[in-house]
Amino acid sequence: MSKPQSFDPKAYWSATLRLIVITLVIWFVVSFGAGILFRDALDGIHLGGYPLGFWFAQQGSIFVFVGLIFWYARRMDKIDRDFDVHEE
Amino acid sequence: MDLKTLTFIVVGLSFALYIGVAIWARAGTTKEFYIAGGGVHPVINGMATAADWMSAASFISMAGLIAFLGYGGSVYLMGWTGGYVLLAVLLAPYLRKFGKFTVPEFIGDRYYSNAARIVAVICLIFISFTYVAGQMRGVGIVFSRFLEVDITTGLMVGMGLVFFYAVLGGMKGITYTQVAQYCVLIFAYTIPAVFISLQITGNPLPQLGLGGHMGDMGFLPKLDRVVTDLGFAKYTSGDKSMIDVFAITLALMAGTAGLPHVIVRFFTVPKVHDARVSAGWALVFIAILYTTAPAVGAMARYNLHTTVNTALASGGDVFAPEASIVGESRPEWMKRWEKTGLIRWDDKNGDGRIQYYNEKSKDAAFLAKAEAAGWKGNELGSDKKGEFDGKVDRDIMVLANPEIAGLPNWVIALVAAGGIAAALSTAAGLLLVISASISHDLMKGIFAKNISEKGELMAGRIAAAVAVMVAGYLGYNPPGFVAEVVAFAFGLACASLFPTIVLGIFNKKMNMQGAIAGMLTGLIFTLGYIIYFKGIFIEPMAKNEAANWLFGISPEGIGVVGALLNVTVAYIISKMTAPCPDHIQHLVEGIRYPRGAGAAQSH
Repeated sequence: MSKPQSFDPKAYWSATLRLIVITLVIWFVVSFGAGILFRDALDGIHLGGYPLGFWFAQQGSIFVFVGLIFWYARRMDKIDRDFDVHEE
Repeated sequence: MDLKTLTFIVVGLSFALYIGVAIWARAGTTKEFYIAGGGVHPVINGMATAADWMSAASFISMAGLIAFLGYGGSVYLMGWTGGYVLLAVLLAPYLRKFGKFTVPEFIGDRYYSNAARIVAVICLIFISFTYVAGQMRGVGIVFSRFLEVDITTGLMVGMGLVFFYAVLGGMKGITYTQVAQYCVLIFAYTIPAVFISLQITGNPLPQLGLGGHMGDMGFLPKLDRVVTDLGFAKYTSGDKSMIDVFAITLALMAGTAGLPHVIVRFFTVPKVHDARVSAGWALVFIAILYTTAPAVGAMARYNLHTTVNTALASGGDVFAPEASIVGESRPEWMKRWEKTGLIRWDDKNGDGRIQYYNEKSKDAAFLAKAEAAGWKGNELGSDKKGEFDGKVDRDIMVLANPEIAGLPNWVIALVAAGGIAAALSTAAGLLLVISASISHDLMKGIFAKNISEKGELMAGRIAAAVAVMVAGYLGYNPPGFVAEVVAFAFGLACASLFPTIVLGIFNKKMNMQGAIAGMLTGLIFTLGYIIYFKGIFIEPMAKNEAANWLFGISPEGIGVVGALLNVTVAYIISKMTAPCPDHIQHLVEGIRYPRGAGAAQSH
């Protein structure tokens, strides 16, 4: 088994931070953005029988959160493997 | 078979299940007692986390809150789920890599300070006890209402059961009983919701039913018309200010991520990778209930209004005398629940009919019409210590929901078992972090360092036993502000533990002095603000209304400001004091990548 040769903690951490920031931007946009700040504008659009802003506040944001965590976990696994710091 | 016998059988069977699971999963070592041996599968841990997290408040109260708040209820839906994104990306994987047993242990080691560890223990105990009191109360309420035993007996049975599996089983016992409890509570919640959604909108999926149609018009527009016809605010708008909705949602999210009994669940999985995935699974299981709740709330509200005023469903004249139902022939469920005080009819205008409307409506034309129709005030409310309180108790929206919709008795029995499961699973998780903070942080960590593993295990069990009794006492004799203390628990977790842990991971230069000063600032500011407006041991010093609030933020949302103060103070103090030692900075670097996350260590 080869040892991790030159692990670059700085590069690893900035890749991680970039992913965290992207994740949190999506998290913010679907809840605070669509569900609160821009709700009035979005309520003009309808999704099925739901006003869109109301839907994001009571249903949509939760669905996105679920998908977002699994997406983040998969991307994080890839970063771990790329830098060879994943668990055996 | 009558309802009571059936309920006894269903609740009894669920208890037998929990006891069986607890005996099968007893803890033998401190590692099993604190973190279930560290080998829990991420999906199983996700399910246990869901039961751990969803309390009596989620099961019994939330849908009712949403029913009466409408859009305003979204703060709970987003706030109590969005926290899992924060947990997954900011806390869980790093704390799992750190690989210890408790939250105060991380804070104590990271900030190389027993003082920081003790401050963290104080925050933890305060947060967890306020929470657990509400759970025991929930157990007592379900027992007394569904089984008609008195509240003390209900509490004793609940305490005995939690004692059995939390004290003997520790985290291992709790984990597997929580899985069983999740199954019970999720069936109990979704089955009535499916029936009701089918009845009202013809769609069996409540998530779609809420946006579905009723005959000629959409359900939501129809509900909006029903509530505005009675002078209430439009259901899909609500009446909280935007900044307050924003602050409350954020405080609930960060508070969720900072709750110790939720965080420790992620110490039980084998790998860092599992901690991330497990947060996703936890949210999957939580989302099943949380996306159902808005439909339950909205449809229960619709059912309640259209039952009391028969003109609403067809859009007829709501002020016509014959539209309001005759009090004597009100539905059976209403008469049954009047015994509990959750609902009460008070015939103010003496016409023998029930008028249920918003007597404080902002719509002057509506109020004029109500007066012209001879309405003398809202006549449906709940009973608060023998007095008519003009608000129907929100808990009835879930508890009496199957009866309002005319569902069979076994569904009602299942709801009782589900409410108890939700309360017990959360209570057990909370009691465990309280006992671990005493036996592991205070005794093993600080005051009795030479204690043997056997001794520590015994100390943990004694601490859990004492905590069960204190919780039972608080449940029996709630300090009169149970509703308010929920704001406390989230506000404090948001302002004290959450920022301190995040700083400890993401800012390796943060030092002991900064962290302690920050935690204390967040804690004292948030505590002070809530007491100022809510008055816990003293009279409130100012009226709890928007005009008096700082930046228009209510006490429920003030934890956000507390968290900002925490971070600001921590930065300033850390710049002014001795820098963080090198070996601690290396420790922080070490928790940032996954490799080498072995089993959790006790030393």
